[in-house]
Amino acid sequence: METTQLVSPYILSAVTFIYALAAVLYIFSWIFKTPVADRWATWAAVTGWAGNTAGIILRWIESYRVLESGHAPFSNLYESLIFFSWTIITLYLILERRTANRVIGAFCTPLAFLALAYASLSPNVSSRIQPLLPALQSNWLIAHVMTCFIGYAAFAIAFGVSLMYLLKSGSGDSEGAMMQKLPAPAVLDDLTHQLVVFGFLFLTIGIITGAVWANSAWGRYWGWDPKETWSLITWLIYAALLHMRLMRGWQGRRIAIMSIVGFMAVLFTYFGVNLLPGMHSYGASG
Amino acid sequence: MNQIKSVSAGYFDGVWKLFASLKLTIALLLSLAATSIVGTLIPQNQELKEYFQAFGPFLFQIFDVLDIFDMYHAWWFQLLLLMLVLNITVCSIDRLSVTWKIIFPKVPKFKASRFINNPNMKELNIHRQPDDLKSKYESVLNRFYSYTSFDRTDDGIMLFAEKGRWTRLGVYAVHLSIILLLVGGLIGSNYGFEGFVNIPEGESADQIRLRNSGKIIPLGFTIRCDDFNITHYRNGAVREWRSSLSILEDGKLVFQKDIIVNDPLRYKGINIFQSSLGELGPETSGAADVHPIKPGDDIILDITSTESGMSYRKTTIIGREVAIPEGLGTFVVTEYRPDAQFRGQVVGEAIVGIHKMDGADPVEILLPLHFPAFDKMRKGQAVFSVAEQTIEKFSPGSTPEMRYYTGLQVTNDPGVWVVYSGFMMIIAGCIITFFMSHQKMCVHIIPKEGGSIVRISGTANKNKPGMWKKVDRIADEISQLT
Repeated sequence: METTQLVSPYILSAVTFIYALAAVLYIFSWIFKTPVADRWATWAAVTGWAGNTAGIILRWIESYRVLESGHAPFSNLYESLIFFSWTIITLYLILERRTANRVIGAFCTPLAFLALAYASLSPNVSSRIQPLLPALQSNWLIAHVMTCFIGYAAFAIAFGVSLMYLLKSGSGDSEGAMMQKLPAPAVLDDLTHQLVVFGFLFLTIGIITGAVWANSAWGRYWGWDPKETWSLITWLIYAALLHMRLMRGWQGRRIAIMSIVGFMAVLFTYFGVNLLPGMHSYGASG
Repeated sequence: MNQIKSVSAGYFDGVWKLFASLKLTIALLLSLAATSIVGTLIPQNQELKEYFQAFGPFLFQIFDVLDIFDMYHAWWFQLLLLMLVLNITVCSIDRLSVTWKIIFPKVPKFKASRFINNPNMKELNIHRQPDDLKSKYESVLNRFYSYTSFDRTDDGIMLFAEKGRWTRLGVYAVHLSIILLLVGGLIGSNYGFEGFVNIPEGESADQIRLRNSGKIIPLGFTIRCDDFNITHYRNGAVREWRSSLSILEDGKLVFQKDIIVNDPLRYKGINIFQSSLGELGPETSGAADVHPIKPGDDIILDITSTESGMSYRKTTIIGREVAIPEGLGTFVVTEYRPDAQFRGQVVGEAIVGIHKMDGADPVEILLPLHFPAFDKMRKGQAVFSVAEQTIEKFSPGSTPEMRYYTGLQVTNDPGVWVVYSGFMMIIAGCIITFFMSHQKMCVHIIPKEGGSIVRISGTANKNKPGMWKKVDRIADEISQLT
């Protein structure tokens, strides 16, 4: 029935390779002191971001051509992965401008690449545009998915920065050239904190929009569905992190480890839950 | 007597200290997170015998005692939540009693020493006397800050300004909102209900069955289902379930609405949601003119692949296997039934076939001649239907319409507004706590030969780098004045 070919998956596959290039360039410029690679890396990231943006918008337009009633591209795993990589790169590029440090890119762009590669290359993820099931036909869908994934992206970058922190603090005073290029531990620690705060706010709003939506679709705002429960588990872990940091003045290593654990919970909420039974199964595949 | 008193006071102090401790908060947050995992790995609220089969008698006993099969309502999980509420309450009282005076003083106090020794101080040299500058600087500060004051010190004039004192309350709003969420949930589960009712098209119901206890309760009004419709997308997926409902009180129509998923009907605090559907069989059974399909008669089938949306037409006879493209296996018509039944409902004439696919068990498929879209309900990878020509040939006459019943979820939750105010409060509280701060600014004007030294510094309870930028900004404004 679908006689028209979709163009957006090809654009997004191309973006996958551009992100891969960006990741390689960021890592290259971290290992070797070459200002040229630096600039190229940023250009690759910006180009990829533009393509990613265009891909999302085009997919939205194409949905109106392919389906009887089109919809915003936030309705299945493929679409969410594309939006996930877009938010990671968006947040990262803002961060790069503000901190003027490109080493962070070596830890962030690979994450965006992996998300997009999984979307584009995995046989389990279909790029087909499907019509919205009755439960998904709600204005809350966009608000819920966007806020959740802005939160997830902030946590993803916090994870990258926490890894940098552990590398830097673990390297001690021996200080190879690579370690020297990493920002100071205090800077990384502060950045982790800021990103977690930002992600926590959006995760909170994401859970709330989901609850309000569930209440309008099923008559209950909370049902201990595995995805709901895992989002709460994630929220509790980051809440514990923030209390340790703000009230006990915990810093550095322990906060970095908590942020990594928190991101593992994010990943399980996102992917792992699909292995368990529950309401969010439309996010599972296809 | 005195001793007993002090012992119990000591005991109270001990408990208070325990609940005021941050260690308990972190322990509770992490144990709630850890225990919650269990309920996501073991499906909740299933039939007991399924658990018994899955876990065996020994584990079953242990899990049953611990209420693992409904763990989010188990006493120990509720106890953790209760402890969290106590912890939040005690911590907030404990801290507020100290910070209340800071947050709401009669006159805001400024400690000169905190500004004089501030490492991030800006210093300007201005060729004018301190008294000339005072009122000008005050008007600059007034533009940025809600409160200003000044003090004449031994070495000059100190102008003070502040704003955002109230933002120190943000964190308490977040904590109060958590309590609101839990209290709202408690109200809902104690004073609300969750039930369901199935109403056939054209019929009414005035009572519902509760979901957990199975008890039947009266609604106080009547719901009538005037109409029920399903629409499909081109690929066969369901696009919409729509029930046209009327609310009747004492036989009089008082309210009418079409409900779909995501758009419920709300009446007198009771919410009615579209939740499921069922079929009751054809409206009129038995067409006038029926010619049974005999072995050897041609049967034309339309097979649609759900994955690609492609449709394939195949002609076959009873007993002959046909292959379906796209690796969707084979299909063989096994028999013709003049009065087939589906889940106890008469669906009339039908053919029955077996669908075989690699890696899946063979499925018996019923294709009622009068309901061409019947097989879509099965949500298989291939959707079968009997082509129109075949229906016309063997069973001419109009196709009767299928009768449905609508499955409605009926809920009442008096706590939902408490929960929703908690939602709004937690978002506002988080924004205030994380992104706003109590900022104080000081402009210190010290006279010197032929002019003044102006020292600008600021403090904030959060986001110190943001405050340094603010100091630069004020310094900029001031230096441009003359």
